[in-house]
Amino acid sequence: MKKVYVNEEWCLGCHLCEYYCAGMNSGERDLVKAFSREKKPLPRIRVEEGTDVNFAVQCRHCAVPYCVKGCITGALSVNDGVIVCDQTRCVGCLTCVLSCPYGCIVRDEEAHVITKCDLCLSRNATPACVEGCPNKAIVLEDRE
Amino acid sequence: MAINYIPANFDVVRDHTRCIKCRVCERQCSNEVHYYDEELDTMLCNETDCVDCQRCVSLCPTKALKILPNENRFRKNVNWRQQLMVEAYKQAETGGILLSAMGNPEEFPIYWDKLLLNASQVTNPSIDPLREPMETRVFLGKKSNEVKYDSEGDLVLSNTAPHLELSTPIMFSAMSYGSISYNAHASLAKASKELGIFYNTGEGGLHKDFYEYGPNTIVQVASGRFGVHKDYLDTGAAIEIKIGQGAKPGIGGHLPGAKILEDVSRTRMIPMGTDAISPAPHHDIYSIEDLRQLVLSLKEATEYKKPVIVKIAAVHNVAAIASGVARSGADIIAIDGFRGGTGAAPTRIRDNVGIPIELALAQADFRLREEGIRDNVSLVVGGSIRCSTDAVKAVALGADAVYIGTAALLALGCHLCRDCQRGLCNWGIATQKPELVKRLNPEIGYKRLVNIVHAWDHEIKELMGGMGINSIEALRGNRLMLRGVGLNEVELELLGVKHAGTAI
Amino acid sequence: MLNYVIIGNSAAAIGCVEGIRKLDKDTPIVIISDEPHRTYSRPLISYRLGGQTKHDKIFYRGENFYTDNNVSTLLGKRVAKLNASSVTLSSGEEIAFGKLLVATGSKPFVPPMTGLDNVKNKFTFMDLDSSIAIDGLVTNGAKSALIVGAGLIGLKAAEALLLRGVAVTVIDMAAKVMPSVLDDEGSALIKARLEQNGAKFILGTVADKFDEATAYLKNGDKVDFDVLVLAVGVRPNTELVKEAGGEVGLGIKTDKFQKTTLDNVYAAGDCTESFDITAGKDKILALLPNAYLQGEAAGVSMAGGEMPYDKAIPMNAIGFFGLHVISAGDSMRTDGKVYAEQIKDKSGNVTGYKKLVFGENKLVGYILIDEVDRAGIYTSLIREQTSLSDVDVTELEKSPRLMLYGKSYRKEKLGGQV
Repeated sequence: MKKVYVNEEWCLGCHLCEYYCAGMNSGERDLVKAFSREKKPLPRIRVEEGTDVNFAVQCRHCAVPYCVKGCITGALSVNDGVIVCDQTRCVGCLTCVLSCPYGCIVRDEEAHVITKCDLCLSRNATPACVEGCPNKAIVLEDRE
Repeated sequence: MAINYIPANFDVVRDHTRCIKCRVCERQCSNEVHYYDEELDTMLCNETDCVDCQRCVSLCPTKALKILPNENRFRKNVNWRQQLMVEAYKQAETGGILLSAMGNPEEFPIYWDKLLLNASQVTNPSIDPLREPMETRVFLGKKSNEVKYDSEGDLVLSNTAPHLELSTPIMFSAMSYGSISYNAHASLAKASKELGIFYNTGEGGLHKDFYEYGPNTIVQVASGRFGVHKDYLDTGAAIEIKIGQGAKPGIGGHLPGAKILEDVSRTRMIPMGTDAISPAPHHDIYSIEDLRQLVLSLKEATEYKKPVIVKIAAVHNVAAIASGVARSGADIIAIDGFRGGTGAAPTRIRDNVGIPIELALAQADFRLREEGIRDNVSLVVGGSIRCSTDAVKAVALGADAVYIGTAALLALGCHLCRDCQRGLCNWGIATQKPELVKRLNPEIGYKRLVNIVHAWDHEIKELMGGMGINSIEALRGNRLMLRGVGLNEVELELLGVKHAGTAI
Repeated sequence: MLNYVIIGNSAAAIGCVEGIRKLDKDTPIVIISDEPHRTYSRPLISYRLGGQTKHDKIFYRGENFYTDNNVSTLLGKRVAKLNASSVTLSSGEEIAFGKLLVATGSKPFVPPMTGLDNVKNKFTFMDLDSSIAIDGLVTNGAKSALIVGAGLIGLKAAEALLLRGVAVTVIDMAAKVMPSVLDDEGSALIKARLEQNGAKFILGTVADKFDEATAYLKNGDKVDFDVLVLAVGVRPNTELVKEAGGEVGLGIKTDKFQKTTLDNVYAAGDCTESFDITAGKDKILALLPNAYLQGEAAGVSMAGGEMPYDKAIPMNAIGFFGLHVISAGDSMRTDGKVYAEQIKDKSGNVTGYKKLVFGENKLVGYILIDEVDRAGIYTSLIREQTSLSDVDVTELEKSPRLMLYGKSYRKEKLGGQV
């Protein structure tokens, strides 16, 4: 299965992936419009910055997904290897935040739900982070 | 103090209705132009330090930025242009010589733009390169004009001089590791291998990591002799003796100690943090005879297996010098025009010394032919070959191949901000700062280099086909394929071309 | 092979079905549950009562779950007895099994209190029916509630009722709320948040006796209520296994494949003990994720595979009126290094709390309140018992980040080229 991988050697820590991700998942085509709303769209990818290395991290779509197994509502499930969240069932209990070893579950505090990377499948697009990375630090590859 | 105030060159124009305060511009600007003010919740900027490298503009996800020339103007004066006034102020403040980077940007004639190419009509019909084979492969080196037979009457094929085989008449010109980054070198090396052409180490030595690209590497021996040793010479496919550089003829080089970090230091074989100073002349070369000694020494050291290139800057006497070089035992002469790039050169020299490559090439080619020694050497020219037609025109003026430097850097992301000397290149090219170097991913860089050369090669074939020529060899020195436009008689004569409108 | 039979219909049971179906797509599975509903999420009963989720969203799996997995259900039926290769229902019916999973969960523990029988509207808030019933009372005008027990269940009931505009009083014998999960400082923050939202706490006392709608407390207070919620504690349902001769401690004993001491009988969920790797002993970890993981491990074993469950740790994610608490491991331990920090907002008010508890060269527990993002990175350090030799502990204390791990870990786990 193709997954998003991050080559930290090439990550510039520019954070563009976060903005492209948030924009893509805001449902707006225009980033300016997406970010001019009262509620700022949330990225599902997060850049960690270090002294001489940066990398972006988002859901690894684990083979043993603690988030899915621990989900109290059944909102999280595995769909063809991709871990997806049905926000209509999520109650924002954050058991998945507690469980995810990579810290990749994102809280939507206002909506009392969580959100997470679905590899942009719900938008039927190449992942926005991959598309927008200026240095090919984020790639979509099948490495298994 | 107001007296030393120098206005910013640029206005950084931000469309605040588009800015989403993502701060990508801030993170990407090594000149620290942009910054975020938390109290105002807005992006502010310090325009004085902007060099117009366009990195922020290119990465801004909402296209909220524009860099425009600062419209603040001193009182108009045709003689005392604003630039000259600013330079006077700078020198009054610092007492230092002015430094610049990349090629001469001033308004001198560009002869490439005043030369037009021919095409076939009806008779001697044009060739469709999509249907017929087109040969852009060239061999650089001495061409023997004797034919020898052995006692049996068979052709003797031995004793041919060493050659470089190029899939297309384009090579990447000398740019040292130090002046450009590891990743820039990695891109050039990898692209050369894939393209079947050559890149050139410049005078910075060859990083161990790139020895595997040796068959596509020209190793340079310059006046500082940095990084020159037996393995280095053995690894390269050819050796280039650098006498001069188009951007700064007659002077040496100076890579500041700040750029001599561990890897550069090891590669150049000099202590970390010391300035790398290349003397103006080679201290062992004061005559063509001396040059010949170095050429032969290098050949001896490499068992006569590698062609030797001598690179000179295009100066007034270029034709005579080329003639001397052709007699020195060198296999290839490289001539670098006055528009050639540099990582750093004194501004006055860059902008005022040397001659256009078009004239230098035409004259050198004439002279060598006149003297019957044209086949002793191949001619390679650089110093602003900007596109495929510049290359085609260069071949028609007598070149065997061209060197491209700036065009290659553009492919790697350079926006010609011409601030290389500060070592803060936002595109990861002319810098040694690790956080900037990583901005150039060689996987991206090398593909773009491959693309640009492939594109040029396609265009060259199209142009050749139009002229009814199916081999680049047949175009070399074929001035009948050129016509000048808007040139005076002297210029036409020097170039050896007729004016547009003149028939054969 | 004979049918798989599962007693229970919650997380452990569903985990078991999904575990079995990883390996065995065909053999029928029978689920027997004394509740009449299809599988629903037990923790959601408070969300349902509080109006934070809709009734149709409380079901743990989709409508077709049973048919898709070839499961037949016997709902509203109670198992009375466990035999060697069958179970007997209270109706007398006998169901044969090849492999059996006991996932009977737990039952409320209600200490004897004088006059409790006089109270009509009393609930233990352990199942959907109680949630539906309280919902009905509130809809029909119940205005006040008394909650006995300030643990997770009691406080979630309190939150739900407060959200419905009911006046809520919570009493507990202990001097603080959530005593089993939180230390004093964390407990105080939760209590304060509930108080800000209208809850009244009377702690350190117990109810002495009850009238129909009044509780008389030992400390002399008198509390009137329309609804009484009894959330004092729970006890595992171990009787079936015990009576059949299986080993039972605090809960049903199993090995790491969730097998009990009885042949072909497995157990999972709140009725069992788990080996808590942070405490180094068997404990009852009545937590939904734990139940699912045990159930899944049991299912795989029952179908002939091997999927040991040997990384059980206590963990909780709970929130009240937007104040989130995440904790894992042994956060009460005091014999090692403890890092504690108050989280303050811009004006300096304490909004949250962070506590990291270290064992020998590893993290063994933590509590995060309010700032809970990426807590799972800490959980993982505990679950995997990662050595902190190569980890910058000061950075770890600041925030959970993957950067803390070395390059090689990142290469392995993130699969990136480093």
